[in-house]
Amino acid sequence: MDSKDSTLLEQRPAVFPPGAASQRRNRFTRIATPYLLLLPAAFLYAVFIVYPIFRQFDISFFNWHIFPGVANPFVGWSNYIRIFHDPAIRTASENTLLFLVITVPIQMALGLFAAALLTDRLPGRGLWRALIFIPVVTSWVVVSYVFAYIFGFQGGLANAVISLFAGHTVRIDWLAQTWTGNAVIWIISIWKGVGWSFIMFLAALDGVPRDLVESARVDGASEPRIWRHVVIPNIRPTITFVTVLLVIGASQVFTQVFITTGGGPYGSTSVLLTYAYQQAFSFFDFSYAAAIASLMAIVVLGLSILQIRLMRKNVDQ
Amino acid sequence: MSALTFKDARNLPMSRSSRGPRRPQPSVQPGLFGIRSWKKSRLVLAGVFGAVSVFPLLYLISLSFQPTSDIQTSNPVLIPSHPTFLNYVQAWSENSFGQYFLNSLVVALGTVVLTVGLSSLAAFAFARYKFPLKEVIFYVFLAALAVPSVELIIPQYLLVLKLHLTDSLPGLILIYTSENLPFAIFLLRGFFEAVPKDLEESFRLDGAGSLRVLTRLIAPLSAPALAVVAMFTFNFAWEEFVIALTLINSPSHRTLPIGLNFFIGEHTTQWGPLFAGSVIATVPSVIVYFISQRWFQRGVSLGGIR
Repeated sequence: MDSKDSTLLEQRPAVFPPGAASQRRNRFTRIATPYLLLLPAAFLYAVFIVYPIFRQFDISFFNWHIFPGVANPFVGWSNYIRIFHDPAIRTASENTLLFLVITVPIQMALGLFAAALLTDRLPGRGLWRALIFIPVVTSWVVVSYVFAYIFGFQGGLANAVISLFAGHTVRIDWLAQTWTGNAVIWIISIWKGVGWSFIMFLAALDGVPRDLVESARVDGASEPRIWRHVVIPNIRPTITFVTVLLVIGASQVFTQVFITTGGGPYGSTSVLLTYAYQQAFSFFDFSYAAAIASLMAIVVLGLSILQIRLMRKNVDQ
Repeated sequence: MSALTFKDARNLPMSRSSRGPRRPQPSVQPGLFGIRSWKKSRLVLAGVFGAVSVFPLLYLISLSFQPTSDIQTSNPVLIPSHPTFLNYVQAWSENSFGQYFLNSLVVALGTVVLTVGLSSLAAFAFARYKFPLKEVIFYVFLAALAVPSVELIIPQYLLVLKLHLTDSLPGLILIYTSENLPFAIFLLRGFFEAVPKDLEESFRLDGAGSLRVLTRLIAPLSAPALAVVAMFTFNFAWEEFVIALTLINSPSHRTLPIGLNFFIGEHTTQWGPLFAGSVIATVPSVIVYFISQRWFQRGVSLGGIR
């Protein structure tokens, strides 16, 4: 595991040349060390991540039953074909896509805006930064319950505030309707997500060369022009990076939907993963759920290759 | 906060010199853009952002002290009329919440220790050694960043079933650790690579083996990154919901998020104890965040965080 031997050998007087056997051992240690260091992590990773990925593909080609003693016939691509004829998948895909299209740009815009506010000196800046990031460290479960209560039908704060502005009692059953249910899910996700892009953009804005900005200003460039031609190009790697990670994260939306609306009413607010989870653990249709998850994994893998390349680029800088 | 004050110090000269040529600065660090002059509106907007960010949590704290009559009226109560600890007492006693708390703590700490340990070893190999297939192996690790926890829940469930690890805390720890390894290795590799080579060589000349180099030289110098990894791993394990919900059956093995879920009944919801339990569940995450905050900025700017 360590190269203690090599240093011991070096300390030996030269009159005793190291034997062939120990030299071999020495070489072995040198070559084996990195692999031995990797072994524990690689083992866990292989067992709990890599194997399940392949197992998932495997299951998706069978009509697989969790109950022992029941036949699990091979069904080929039929689970995948079923996906394309399932109206519920259509709804879930639309909701997932809509979630992505709405929450990602808003999170990024608000995060960048907040980061721009707090890049320069400002009283209580450390406090504002800490507060804006706090939603990120809270738990999805807790946050989902709090928002479910705030958007409750009776006695919910949201209805009370709207009533106040409307001048008469407004009773919206937020979580029991498709559009309002979706809206609540978006609001929770944006509220909890802004802090993350905020902190990323804060780090990026901090790295914008100030002399570049200042010389542009001296040259008489207006603020919007400085943003367009100096700032944005400088933080472009971060913008791409944040976009990719948020898009991947959005495709995996689950807990907030599961807890607030549960995908209801009648599956109209379900997203791909809540639908797959329901298929597996409510209807025990593991194979169909595995097919949905596998197909998603392939789509997300395309995104992830892009993601890895961007990450490496970020590191190199 | 040290990272933040460092930046404050960097921006200081600009604000001073804009007030007047009282103190000449050799290299004036200009602030970012003209918004430096909109101090008041920036302050107001920052306040709005901060307020919106904490309001639901403050409201949660208020709700946790409200009697049922306050929680279940048709007019929401912002400040409890008769503050009460009853919700906390109920949450703690009636649902063996103490046990859930302990379970979550065991799982979170176990995950942190295992993740920090294993990812340090692996990141050390990636950062300081040359070996065949290095980058390929690294990319294979990274690929999992795109595969979310929920997506693999079915095969993981079957695997855990086969390994007889269902309904056990070690099972959760192993899965949580595997989920966190890619991001941890990615972040740590960058930090470990930044440690100067000659430092390592002088260590080796003194007869230190690889493990010694890692524990005595590289790990102490990468403390900020290790702290960030520890914080994120802790939070992940502390708040994880779906995997625990799927793998844990018996009440005595429930973690906090699952325990909270059981305040929601089929017909009635025990909102009071749910809110009290939520506060209890949130406090450790916030504490861990504030402890690790001082290292945070550096950790974030160096690598991506999930």
